[in-house]
Amino acid sequence: MTTTERTAASFFLPSDEPLGLITADGAPVADAALEMPADDVLLRLHRAMVSGRRFDAQATALTKQGRLAVYPSARGQEAGEIGSILALRPQDWLFPTYRDSMAVVARGVDPVEVLTLLRGDWHCGYDPYRANVAPQCTPLATNTLHAVGFAHAAKTKGEDTVALVLLGDGATSEGDTHEALNFAAVWQSPVVFLVQNNGYAISVPLSKQTAAPSLAHKGVGYGMPSVLVDGNDAAAVHAVVEQAVARAAAGGGPTLIEALTYRIESHTNADDATRYRDRAEVEAWLTRDPIARLERYLTDRGLLDDVAREEIAVRAEAEAASLRERMNVDTVLDPADLFRHVYAEPTAALRRQAEDFTAELSFGAEE
Amino acid sequence: MTATLESTSDASAEPDTVTMAGALNRALADALAEDERVLVFGEDVGTLGGVFRVTDGLAARFGETRVFDTPLAESGIVGTAIGMAMNGLRPVVEMQFDAFAYPAFEQITSHLAKLRNRTRGAVELPIVIRIPYGGGIGGVEHHCDSSEVYYTHTAGLRVVTPASPADAYALLRQAIDSPDPVIFLEPKRRYWEKETARLDHRSSTLDRAVVRRPGTDVTLISYGGALGTTLEAAAAAEEEGYSAEVIDLRSLAPFDLETVAASVRRTGRAVVVHEASRFCGYGAEVAAQLSETCFHYLEAPVLRVGGFDIPYPAPNLEKHHLPNVDRVLDAIERLQWDDATPLAGGGA
Repeated sequence: MTTTERTAASFFLPSDEPLGLITADGAPVADAALEMPADDVLLRLHRAMVSGRRFDAQATALTKQGRLAVYPSARGQEAGEIGSILALRPQDWLFPTYRDSMAVVARGVDPVEVLTLLRGDWHCGYDPYRANVAPQCTPLATNTLHAVGFAHAAKTKGEDTVALVLLGDGATSEGDTHEALNFAAVWQSPVVFLVQNNGYAISVPLSKQTAAPSLAHKGVGYGMPSVLVDGNDAAAVHAVVEQAVARAAAGGGPTLIEALTYRIESHTNADDATRYRDRAEVEAWLTRDPIARLERYLTDRGLLDDVAREEIAVRAEAEAASLRERMNVDTVLDPADLFRHVYAEPTAALRRQAEDFTAELSFGAEE
Repeated sequence: MTATLESTSDASAEPDTVTMAGALNRALADALAEDERVLVFGEDVGTLGGVFRVTDGLAARFGETRVFDTPLAESGIVGTAIGMAMNGLRPVVEMQFDAFAYPAFEQITSHLAKLRNRTRGAVELPIVIRIPYGGGIGGVEHHCDSSEVYYTHTAGLRVVTPASPADAYALLRQAIDSPDPVIFLEPKRRYWEKETARLDHRSSTLDRAVVRRPGTDVTLISYGGALGTTLEAAAAAEEEGYSAEVIDLRSLAPFDLETVAASVRRTGRAVVVHEASRFCGYGAEVAAQLSETCFHYLEAPVLRVGGFDIPYPAPNLEKHHLPNVDRVLDAIERLQWDDATPLAGGGA
């Protein structure tokens, strides 16, 4: 794009109100600007959200049992986590944050491997190339640049791969988000940025995070189509992410999506959200529950009955039981792992340290 | 064993007179030509050819897909390089000036250095970050930092710094071939130094120090921009009766203790010379390792000659900050020489 052929800012502007397909009461949104996903997609979204919430609750329970060092719950954000993941194609890549375990599981990574990081056994428990999921990123926003680079490489190599990067409202204040949005727009990289705006960066509310009308508005300055969507509406999130993935795959460049949602639990099990949030606020958001609304919609349309609901709940319970069982073991770590995978081949100094350490361990064992 | 710079390439390769900047340019061109996966990008590296012209002509020859200008954002450059390497490419990026790399520090230390480890080796990041570093060129603030220890302290990174054109070529080719991320520090004040040499990237290995000048009385250990001063000091010391061996570390991480310790065990005395501030500087690590491994061979404490512990000074004062020949000679004289040494007057 040269300086003489600029696109009008209005082309990139998000709507004033979040786009939606299903209301909080489970009714279809009148005159929706999006196309409702197919029935089978809606049913898959529902099933995966029920599983995701059960997984999330199980992980929180594992912190109470001392099996996990920490867990950041995503309860309430199932529509963003699942709606986006199910819109990806197999060859696409996910660049998640620490809060997106539910999304990583939905992408097909074994939940035990997902929780390896939080159990404290290793910094990433899965092979990123198996399900096309980058390691969950703990520093905020750094994954946005990895996604842009990955997508740029795909484009350079002529591969049909789109990168979806998940970030939160706090991450939009980080410099890396700015740089990633800018690089992606300049390079027209096949990337979808999904901001799950859950209202708080640990304790800091959105009003202290940004003065922008919405986080989606930030895309306009980079020259990027920007979408504000109801983040508790899985059908709507799925529709906008699917559109953005299709546009990226067709060479249309990146999209910034803000999914307006809410974190029902504290930042992590170690946090106390009552210090900075009113109970009334949480309760108001509970009435917009993403699972309940889709369930109501599907039930009203005759796509879901008590039998099916029961079957889905039983299955989620079985998955949680399997996870619980597999997490309820004392893992045996090899201390020699300390020296592994630092470099392709260990340096001479690392070999010496490993030898000394092995001697130290065997000496301790003799005592 | 000491590695040498003897070329192992075929005899038909003619020696060439080339500057360090020219040798680096050749290394990038040869790597781009040999491997489709290699990309060169950063600020002003395309049409302009880099502010030091190290990337001159590469964009024209290899096209904008392989050699390109990025938006002005160092974290963005390193962060996207990480994503590209995850997807099978081999980025060689430029940070333009030492202190300009600091915005990329988080990407370098938290991700570039650690992704292999975090993923049990599944993610390999063969990325080279070229950083013109150090002073001696009259640069204004933020253009002259010696930032090596920020990187050498970070496990997972290799840190190398050439001090000659032939070495610049060899090390950069090896850095690009390396499966590990490499911080490639280019001493700015040596960019225009010429050398007649065959450019061969198999002439040495990435992690070995080399003896630049053999000697028997004292080992001078240096690297990068300060190596020239150290070699001059060794020549001057010869006139004063000291035979000084000069080692060019080349690789700061990993540190080639074997080559350095072998020399120090022969000479019994050592001085580390670098232009970075001394406090917690690279010389501190060298001195500590030598005292741990060569204590019984040492005739004197290991001394350090470095810059002062100050922010890099303004250009008109930098000559006072940078180690010079006299400071190195002073250090040699302080090495507790006994009356039997060649120095007249006993070195008191």
